[in-house]
Amino acid sequence: MKELIERLRSKFNAKNVKEQRKNFVFITVAKKDLEGCVLYLKEFEGYGHLTLLTALDWIEKDQFELVYHLHNYSNKTDVSVKTFIDRKNPTMVSINNLWAGARVYEREIKELFGIDFPGCPRVNDPFALEGWQEIPPMRKDFDTKKYSEETYFPRPGRYTKDNVAQMEEQLYPVEAEVKNGIAKTVRKK
Amino acid sequence: MTEADNEENKIIKPDFSDPELFCTALPKEVPRMNNIIQKFYDWAQANSLWLLAFGTGCGSIEMRPLYTARYDISRFGIAPRPTPRQSNLFIISGYVSVKTLKRIIRSYEQMQNPKFVIGLGSCTINGGMYWDSYNTINRLDHYIPVDVYVAGCMPRPEALIAGFDELKKRIKEGRGEGANEYAKNFAWYKANQKKIIKDWDMPDYNW
Repeated sequence: MKELIERLRSKFNAKNVKEQRKNFVFITVAKKDLEGCVLYLKEFEGYGHLTLLTALDWIEKDQFELVYHLHNYSNKTDVSVKTFIDRKNPTMVSINNLWAGARVYEREIKELFGIDFPGCPRVNDPFALEGWQEIPPMRKDFDTKKYSEETYFPRPGRYTKDNVAQMEEQLYPVEAEVKNGIAKTVRKK
Repeated sequence: MTEADNEENKIIKPDFSDPELFCTALPKEVPRMNNIIQKFYDWAQANSLWLLAFGTGCGSIEMRPLYTARYDISRFGIAPRPTPRQSNLFIISGYVSVKTLKRIIRSYEQMQNPKFVIGLGSCTINGGMYWDSYNTINRLDHYIPVDVYVAGCMPRPEALIAGFDELKKRIKEGRGEGANEYAKNFAWYKANQKKIIKDWDMPDYNW
């Protein structure tokens, strides 16, 4: 594992290397190096299985993070290759020529995050959201509760009950009264 | 992309108002007779429920044991059927996403009158654990008429059998009028359905 990390460092300028376990490592590469890095891991290091491809929305950094999780069957090790792409007009190079299974992941990411993968077959077809007209729903700036309340006729009468408050009321009424009374007076001031 | 691909991907939109290809008639309300013959019909219909085996959500797992020797719904006169044309009882089992709702509406409208609907699980009542999801509906009775709700997440097969009993009681009392309700409030149901199904690519009434 140590030699592999050194090779990735020298070849693809891998940063933020984090050894999660002794057989599992996270690395971060630049966007332009990613396809080469994944291809190198597949062809020369034996990481032939794409376990998953997923995206994360870092709205405060104005970036999307893509995670390519690869597995090696011969020595039972995993490498997770991460890359950051711009959040405005997000585009990523498709790896469907390396793994055909990446097509499903890329189509899903296109639908849920709006990240485009040019060249991936049927990437623009709807996956689960037929006729979706809002912004992609897995983005952090999409308010799913507000959308649901506006669209799907919420049934009135749904409420939540805080367990702590209920226990205090039922088992320790005097203490709860004192505590809430203190909180009230403090808040008034 | 080549020209052949474009030809393949071209979506053919049929003319849904063409009476030769699609039925353009809207559903009709069948008035009740309110005599002893109607009572006999109600009794017969209550004991002849044919279930559409269409699992829309996780609740369809609870429907499978019903067909087995242990729970055996055949003893209640209920039999699973593979197509909506042969069945008159529709169990909406669990959460309903917008994509599934489109298929549910098509199946429901193809079923023969009189038809009954059981909403199984909390998700059909108020959204359940998916109450704030962007893609699952909250109230099933805004889209198709529902006769009986079975609460729970998920209800056991025994609860579903209790739901069948309740439905039979309703039908014998003459309250299983879902199909007539649908025909009566057809415009309201269609407006609700079209509000969330944005790519409406089927006729208004899929009989």
